Amino acid sequence: MTKAPVLTDQDAPRRAAPRSLRTQVALGAGRVVGGLSRRLGRGSGVVVRGRVALALDPTVLSTLASGRRTAVVTGTNGKSTTTRLLAAALGGPVATNATGANMGPGILSALDDSPSLLAVLEADELHVPSVMRQTRPEVVVALNLTRDQLDRTHEVSRTAQVWGRAFADRPGVVVVANAADPHVVDAAEQGRPVWVDPGLRWTEDASVCPRCGAVLDWVEDPDGGPARWSSVCGFAMPTADYVLTPGGVRLPDGEELAFSLLLPGEVNRGNAIFALAAAAALGVDAREAARRVAGVRVVDGRYATLDLGGRSARLLLAKNPAGWAAALSMVSGDAVMAIGINARIADGTDTSWLWDVPFERLAGRVVGATGDRRFDLAVRLHYAGATPIVEEDPVRLAHRLPAGPMVVAANYTAFREMRRYVAGELDR
Amino acid sequence: MSLTRNDSAVRIVHVYPNLLGTYGDAGNAIVLRGRLHLRGLPVELIAVEPGQALPREGDVYLLGGGEDAKQTAAVQMLRADGSLVAAAGRGAAVLGICAGYQLLGTTFLGVGGVPTEGLGLLDVTTGRLERRAVGNILARAAEGGLGADGAPLPELIGFENHGGATTLGAQALPLGVVEIGVGNGGGENGTAGAGRRTEGAVQGAVFGTYLHGPVLALNPDLADAILARVAGPLPPLDDSLVEALRQHRREHVLPATERSTRARSVLRLLGRRDSAPSGAAATLSRR
Repeated sequence: MTKAPVLTDQDAPRRAAPRSLRTQVALGAGRVVGGLSRRLGRGSGVVVRGRVALALDPTVLSTLASGRRTAVVTGTNGKSTTTRLLAAALGGPVATNATGANMGPGILSALDDSPSLLAVLEADELHVPSVMRQTRPEVVVALNLTRDQLDRTHEVSRTAQVWGRAFADRPGVVVVANAADPHVVDAAEQGRPVWVDPGLRWTEDASVCPRCGAVLDWVEDPDGGPARWSSVCGFAMPTADYVLTPGGVRLPDGEELAFSLLLPGEVNRGNAIFALAAAAALGVDAREAARRVAGVRVVDGRYATLDLGGRSARLLLAKNPAGWAAALSMVSGDAVMAIGINARIADGTDTSWLWDVPFERLAGRVVGATGDRRFDLAVRLHYAGATPIVEEDPVRLAHRLPAGPMVVAANYTAFREMRRYVAGELDR
Repeated sequence: MSLTRNDSAVRIVHVYPNLLGTYGDAGNAIVLRGRLHLRGLPVELIAVEPGQALPREGDVYLLGGGEDAKQTAAVQMLRADGSLVAAAGRGAAVLGICAGYQLLGTTFLGVGGVPTEGLGLLDVTTGRLERRAVGNILARAAEGGLGADGAPLPELIGFENHGGATTLGAQALPLGVVEIGVGNGGGENGTAGAGRRTEGAVQGAVFGTYLHGPVLALNPDLADAILARVAGPLPPLDDSLVEALRQHRREHVLPATERSTRARSVLRLLGRRDSAPSGAAATLSRR
């Protein structure tokens, strides 16, 4: 593998397939409908545009993807951030679905919008097989598998099996995989794994061995590092090629590379080393990649600065218990937190998961509760030992909360509504 | 969470939270501990994971929901351990949610739909619903007066997500009568007269329910009814936050659930000719 500072068109192993008349018509029709949808104020039009094109020509996605060097990023948490970091790490123009539309139609629109021969594509966990079949990636980043929306949950173990079959169906695919997640490891061994240890552990969804069903043994590292897992059947945490360290990352050659990020939190430092490992698998020098990811500040509204009637706040997105644990770890002790919770279809309509989030970390603090399900949240905060301030309007809430740097964390549709308060331009 | 025994404290045993804890049911333990703590009463919360022995001298045992394989593993371990059955026998309170409810019964469908023997603490058997029940649920408290001084409990509110159809035997009483949602399921023995469906079961101090939410967070009177069995009469608490939550569910969330359920059943009736579920066909042929 060559180490090029910037990947260029010359690195592309294949030439793009010629586009048939049918493909051109399908893409044209998609653009027209997508533009119409956008002008009618029905959203970005990205998804409907892809749907129209795919309906007219089911092969259009594989046609658009051909000739490109593609990385696919998937997992329950950190997909969008890692996709953004990897796109930055590659340098230069990259075709990427930066707005999180992560199924076939959204990916199609991203590829149609960019002629770049490099593509970094976020894929929904359960769409990994079809996205891989159509885009033929060289690299797949497999971040983690944890419980997500409870009312239509797919068992974590079943998703891992789906991934494993998809990796086996594409021999030679490099799987940049989380060594600390037993389900991810189980699947990644079906491809050519590059193991990443991102530091943080989420053990709630990894209680039993994916291979034999026995209860997994999590043992603290004698050198003070994070815990390691193993099973009586011999299945055990592999030795990681890339390891998050307090100051940076330990590379496969044993060298420690220091790096800094504008993005907050340990979990994003973990996401960054997945991006470095994937960039290296595509031939980019890890040092160069580390310099590039350092400058990413906002990911499709996440971490953006809000203006709540004159009070500024940083916006975080979290969608499930593991994501919330990560978001809470990003909030410093002196910060004032407001939390927005909805339970619409896109969020999952069951709010029971609030009780799987370690809100006890906010005990003794005044915490704002907003969103459709602010009362569900307030009861949870109350039992966690925090003092909830319940207020539907985010601006009024900002003025009722104590002084201090403010952070607003919200789940999916609540986050979308919060974005109307973003100060200035959204980073894309 | 301490394993040292404090003789005056109410001992709450959270059974296998990593196996039976898929749907936020750990919140039931948080709520019981919190409601004793807020009253200044000593409480000890003991989480027991697989491989550890259950304490025999617990006052309340909590079992949450979980996937089929974990449910089967849990019932095998609990039978081998023996402490839960022994504790229930001397009057300890037990609350099972969803998979935890089913495994307290006499039989349930384990991995691969195989009928599996439960612990037999509740006189209920569980088969399979034709269609998975997922949604908000409202149940009027059944007759029997579980509240303080035999008063009926307020209506039960929660979220159900299960494929089990549970039939109550003679010794178990239902917890509630379903107004919105599915609950125990529609079998003939699951009805409470006039075609009304039941939800949950109670037999002595053993409780089972399909309600997540978690059930004790949304229904503080049920939480206190369980605590009162082991701690005696309890002074009231300020529950204004949870009252606001219950009101929001009744006025905004549950009506929407009811509307969408009605719309779905109309669509199902329209589509029935092509997609009669096997159970419906069997009912027709029996007639």
